[in-house]
Amino acid sequence: MFIGAQPAHSSQRLSLVGVEAPGTAQLFVTCIVDAFYPQVGRAVVDVLESRGVAVEFPEYQTCCGQPAFNAGHRKEARAMAAHTVKVLDATDGPIVVPSGSCAAMIIDHYAGLLGDDEELAAAARRVGARVREFTQFVVDDLGVDELTSSASGPVTFHPSCHGLRHLGLGGYGERVLDQVGVERKPLVAADECCGFGGLFAVEMPEISGALMDTKIDHVEATGAGTLVGYDMSCLMHLAGGMRRRGTPVDVRHIAEILTDEDES
Amino acid sequence: MSARPSTFAERGAAEVGSDKAKAVGDGARHLTEKRAAAVVAYPAMDAMRDRAREIRLHTLANLDTYVARFADAIEALGGHVFFAADAAEANDYIRGVAETADAELIVKVKSMVTEEIELNTVLEADGRTVVESDLGEFIVQLADDRPSHIVAPVLHWTRQDVGRLFADELGVPYTEEPTALNQIARTHLRRIFLEADMGISGVNFAAASTGTIAVVTNEGNGRLTTTAPRVHVAVMGMERIVPTLEDVGVMLEVLGRSATGQSLTTYTNLITGPRKQGDPDGPDELHVVILDSGRSTVLNDDVSEVLACIRCGACLNVCPVYRSVGGHAYGDIYPGPVGAVLSPVLFGFDGREQLPYACTLCGACLEVCPPRIDLPRMLVNLRERVAAEGDAFSWLGPAMKAYEFTATRPVMWRGAVDGASLAGKAKRGGWFTRLPGPGKAWTAVRDLPAPSRQSFRRWWKKNHGA
Ligand code: SF4
Repeated sequence: MFIGAQPAHSSQRLSLVGVEAPGTAQLFVTCIVDAFYPQVGRAVVDVLESRGVAVEFPEYQTCCGQPAFNAGHRKEARAMAAHTVKVLDATDGPIVVPSGSCAAMIIDHYAGLLGDDEELAAAARRVGARVREFTQFVVDDLGVDELTSSASGPVTFHPSCHGLRHLGLGGYGERVLDQVGVERKPLVAADECCGFGGLFAVEMPEISGALMDTKIDHVEATGAGTLVGYDMSCLMHLAGGMRRRGTPVDVRHIAEILTDEDES
Repeated sequence: MSARPSTFAERGAAEVGSDKAKAVGDGARHLTEKRAAAVVAYPAMDAMRDRAREIRLHTLANLDTYVARFADAIEALGGHVFFAADAAEANDYIRGVAETADAELIVKVKSMVTEEIELNTVLEADGRTVVESDLGEFIVQLADDRPSHIVAPVLHWTRQDVGRLFADELGVPYTEEPTALNQIARTHLRRIFLEADMGISGVNFAAASTGTIAVVTNEGNGRLTTTAPRVHVAVMGMERIVPTLEDVGVMLEVLGRSATGQSLTTYTNLITGPRKQGDPDGPDELHVVILDSGRSTVLNDDVSEVLACIRCGACLNVCPVYRSVGGHAYGDIYPGPVGAVLSPVLFGFDGREQLPYACTLCGACLEVCPPRIDLPRMLVNLRERVAAEGDAFSWLGPAMKAYEFTATRPVMWRGAVDGASLAGKAKRGGWFTRLPGPGKAWTAVRDLPAPSRQSFRRWWKKNHGA
């Protein structure tokens, strides 16, 4: 359940899964990354492989169902949760997700959604215990010591809400950036929502836009040329807003900062 | 509380960027900072919040018992108790009390529940004069405005606005200095306190074991309202109860800090019954009106914990949506995330279908709420209720069905991703700036990147696939 930031809790859970030798990891790439930002998926693969992790991509994966769940369409969300659980429960090892909110969806809501079916609920709990947001996997499971980056910065970092408050990732992204020596400008009111909110962005576009503008004001004030985050959905919304405003700031997933792959 | 002509989204869109909304945003951020500082200075806060939560949930689980105990205690003290099933019953009773007391002039101390039942309108219709004595409410009344915050009713006003209002309406020289403005209101109100025949207050907390009512203010107007007039009427939602006076203490520890960053509000009045023989002051009569008005229904549903709310306003202050649209966009007296839960369940979903959607689910409110009420979870629950009745946005239901249909059929899903890549290939320049149909709302405020020419799954198949 949604019980706020509890970093201690998440690292306890991590130790249950045999973190010393990650071996094989599954990539749950998320629909936004799949269709809009495949370079992020490639960067995740790159980073994991460079650390000796074999990456697998369960090809029947689709969407975690978060939009339907958040919209109150529980039946549809349940069907998508059931599909995703079946696909992922048939695999082994940590499940790495380059999105705090999709990871939180699986971890926090699946078992409840599937509560009417004991077997599926049990599978949902097994899957949930294996799910890691990408930064979380890097910091908690792989360790930050050997990370490198060819990026120089300056960048600024936006911690998206679900990673921050559901998964307790406060400070994770910043720590990774600082570790690899990328110049990082602190973002004022970093923990304030960017206004994306999934379907909220199109249900109430003017209000979403007002929140977005506040966030972009803060980003502009840093003087950084790149905005780094761990949720491409929020970053897509902000990138669109910055392009509309003429703000010359790029968005990058944190995995992209940790790989040498040229952007495409 | 009739249905309003426009939706939350429309009202919110009209408010964003306005001076009013900016004033609320600034004020809310300021209050959030004050709360944060108070929490840092009080290491026991987390434990106190846990304790407050326990007390509130325990009381709600045994509400019948504690309400009865409280009513017995009040009667033993010589006070009168009236149970009102709804707003009309509460208003009728209070009208009767005013009639019997022949109260021409009535003074009030800020109370959300009397706003909820629209008591002032009813009493004024009977030809009585009702004066709000809280500075903020006084301003609202003088300007014929509406409160925009449950603790700070005029958060949408600037000092300059208040200065101009006082100069225009009270005939005093213009000033924007807060102490001077306060003094003007005090001087004006002093006469009212002394002349009023009846005082009406809300109740922050009520201790069942002793029949004690806690009314907190920062201006001292609560003390005058509840002691100077001959008759005191206290109106409370039935969920304001806690078991003991000690529990009231716990609530006060978290209330002031969460609301305004104060370790304790400036004036804390603990009222235990009407004036007793030998008491130097206090009202001759005390009437306590305990209001249900939908609460017992909420008590039995999946958002019952919202009744644990202590009306501190911290969730409003930290809410990015509230900060951007202000309080009036919510359309009812309870704005912000707690209002988005409370208003539909207390006043009905009709015309309020969008309120549960007035939230990005960022979770900031849960982090600050003293009794840790999981408002985001409740908002999703209420969305389920709205969706079951036919959606707050016409496109939502069909879109979710189509989306689920595709997402549970991997081959079809792959086809959809490939289709997106084709659209990406066709789009020169890489960005959409004006989309029709479902994309219109997206490009209303921001551009949309074109989908990638090669999806991740295509790349994977080419490079890793069998
Ligand atoms: S819901 Fe919580 S934070 Fe909001 S007003 Fe009530 S007690 Fe305060």
